[in-house]
Amino acid sequence: MTAVYEPSYEPWNETRGAEIIAEHAKQEGATLVILHALQEAFGYVPEAAIPMVAQALNLSRAEVHGVFTFYHDFRHKPAGRHVLKLCRAEACQAAGGDALAARAEAKLGVLLGNTTADDRVTLEPIYCLGLCATAPSAMLDGRLVGRLDEKRIDALVAEAQR
Amino acid sequence: MNMRIFIPRDAAAVAVGADEIATAFEQVATKRGLPVEIIRTGSRGLCWLEPMVEVATPKGRVAYGPVSAEDVASVFGSMTSNGPHPLQLGVADEIPWLKRQTRLTFARCGVIDPRSHGDYRAHGGYKGLERALWLGSDAILTEVTASGLRGRGGAGFPTGIKWKTVAQAKADRKFIVCNADEGDSGTFADRMIMEGDPFLVIEGMTIAGITVGATKGYIYIRSEYPHAVEAMNAAIVAARRGGYLGDKIVGSTYSFDLEVRVGAGAYVCGEETSLLESLEGRRGLVRAKPPLPAHHGLFGKPTVINNVLSFAAIPFILAEGAKAYADFGMGRSRGTMPIQLAGNIRQGGLFETAFGVTLGELVDDIGGGTFTGRPVRAVQVGGPLGAYFPRALFDTPFDYEAFAAREGLIGHGGIVVFDDSVDMRRQARFAMEFCTIESCGKCTPCRIGSTRGVETIEKIINGERVSENLALVEDLCNTMKFGSLCALGGFTPYPVLSALKHFREDFVPAPTKLQAAE
Ligand SMILES: Cc1cc2nc3c(=O)[nH]c(=O)nc-3n(C[C@H](O)[C@H](O)[C@H](O)COP(=O)(O)O)c2cc1C
Ligand code: SF4
Ligand code: FES
Repeated sequence: MTAVYEPSYEPWNETRGAEIIAEHAKQEGATLVILHALQEAFGYVPEAAIPMVAQALNLSRAEVHGVFTFYHDFRHKPAGRHVLKLCRAEACQAAGGDALAARAEAKLGVLLGNTTADDRVTLEPIYCLGLCATAPSAMLDGRLVGRLDEKRIDALVAEAQR
Repeated sequence: MNMRIFIPRDAAAVAVGADEIATAFEQVATKRGLPVEIIRTGSRGLCWLEPMVEVATPKGRVAYGPVSAEDVASVFGSMTSNGPHPLQLGVADEIPWLKRQTRLTFARCGVIDPRSHGDYRAHGGYKGLERALWLGSDAILTEVTASGLRGRGGAGFPTGIKWKTVAQAKADRKFIVCNADEGDSGTFADRMIMEGDPFLVIEGMTIAGITVGATKGYIYIRSEYPHAVEAMNAAIVAARRGGYLGDKIVGSTYSFDLEVRVGAGAYVCGEETSLLESLEGRRGLVRAKPPLPAHHGLFGKPTVINNVLSFAAIPFILAEGAKAYADFGMGRSRGTMPIQLAGNIRQGGLFETAFGVTLGELVDDIGGGTFTGRPVRAVQVGGPLGAYFPRALFDTPFDYEAFAAREGLIGHGGIVVFDDSVDMRRQARFAMEFCTIESCGKCTPCRIGSTRGVETIEKIINGERVSENLALVEDLCNTMKFGSLCALGGFTPYPVLSALKHFREDFVPAPTKLQAAE
């Protein structure tokens, strides 16, 4: 298996935030592009960035906040060190994904959608990774894993906890 | 000459170890001092055989699969000695599962290097665009219309009519938008073609641009597909460098350029007007129609919005002519459909074939039944908004109208197989729950109705006043069907009602259990 990929984010910094926003603001309809870029840099979209985005795009804060909250991807606080996403959609259900998700929840001691108390692992549901023919599927920090079984899910959980 | 080994870089192959296999092959080759060239391709779609590795030989590319890290040394030995191996599958093109297909759209997928513009051209790429350039707009429209191509994104609207509307619209700017949101469970054809043959999508979109007079296109890809995003971005850069995107493409008078935009995890953004809102930087709220995007689309301008596979079908139609395409299929469903077999299935993957093959053939024969070895009990066709079909409906031919006649839909061509351990109450509950999670919130029947739906099905699961609550679910479904603005709320009743209708025995409590339908 490939080495554990450790996501590394910069701490929030207004100047850096402004730079990222300016870099993308000229594109038409840039809101999502900017929110993605901020999250990529800082690991989440800091509250303080919302009015800055609004100003750069000539939108109201409420509008930007509305966009930010509409989409499932955007975080308002940092995730755990590792993010383990388990596909919960039909093809993975059909292939035994429900039991594996329950197993991961039990091992980590958190329900899907939560982060472990030690901030190591965020466990999240995802609805289809397009790996439905090699289901059940998961994604650990951007790395895809298919044909999950008890052994593989245990290994993934252990890897995430490291 | 170097030995040439082909290993997919497709996300599904990577998810079952293709990257590790590629590294292992490199190491073995180095250790034995044999020069090899490893070419990362897309996937041929025989997913149960992934990672499937091929080696070039005088008789063609010989395939091995599924290859695991422990097999690499022995597979490499077989490749160099031309000796037998238990994982050897013979010449890839002769594998019966591949040979049975009619690969018009996926002809190159898994064969070529998706990063190589030269490879694309060497394998017949851009023939459609070249012909389109000298045909001109009117003649292209005639071809696309005559091909009978209907949108592959789900609704099946004729592509020729859509393009013609935009071509005739007067505006200072027009747009081409590729819907690569592919949120349906059980579907991955868009992902596969973007990763395995991205220039095909570019070519199809460029032809659309020439036809309607648009100079800018966007590909809206869901964030769950980082590999597809990377592949499309790389291909756009290469196409631009090759003079096939940008100002005056291939020396013509036409200009056209593309940009990838990434979604943010909202299923509803696959709905075309919601997608346009999202592209404009807003919440993905569905717009009321009319006006149609063809008149009032992205940034208020006339816009062609098509599914990835719709664009990907275009180059063949232009290169080989409308008739060559329309000759395949049945009834009003012309050409081929890349069908995706998924879930609990022995031979899951992508199977491109002419419309008309029956559901039973697809599941039992081509798919080989379940991988658990238990009987197939239910099959959901067309994603989370598609109906669950029992074996009794396995004679339904794959055709838009035939499925509609049985209260189903083929949607984007995804088939998800369940064995007899499935509890259809839970599947019905999930359909409602998915609607609550993904509703854009604009209409009450969808937003509130689905929440009530989850609660009511839960009561049924708990055995509370079952027949009353069943009636209530049916009533709710009707309200959602007729009171919703888009198909998220409007079609959620399909999986729910089909579960109730065809698998009623799962819903009624044991004492009054009805005789099973079969
Ligand atoms: C909730 C919802 C989700 C949809 N998701 C997709 C999708 O992921 N991809 C797609 O091409 N079409 C999707 N559609 C259909 C699009 O609205 C639209 O019909 C399609 O993009 C038109 O392209 P086509 O004519 O090439 O099929 C969805 C529709 C609804 C109502
Ligand atoms: S049916 Fe649901 S998703 Fe569609 S417009 Fe209404 S609320 Fe939005
Ligand atoms: S349903 Fe899980 S990957 Fe598609």
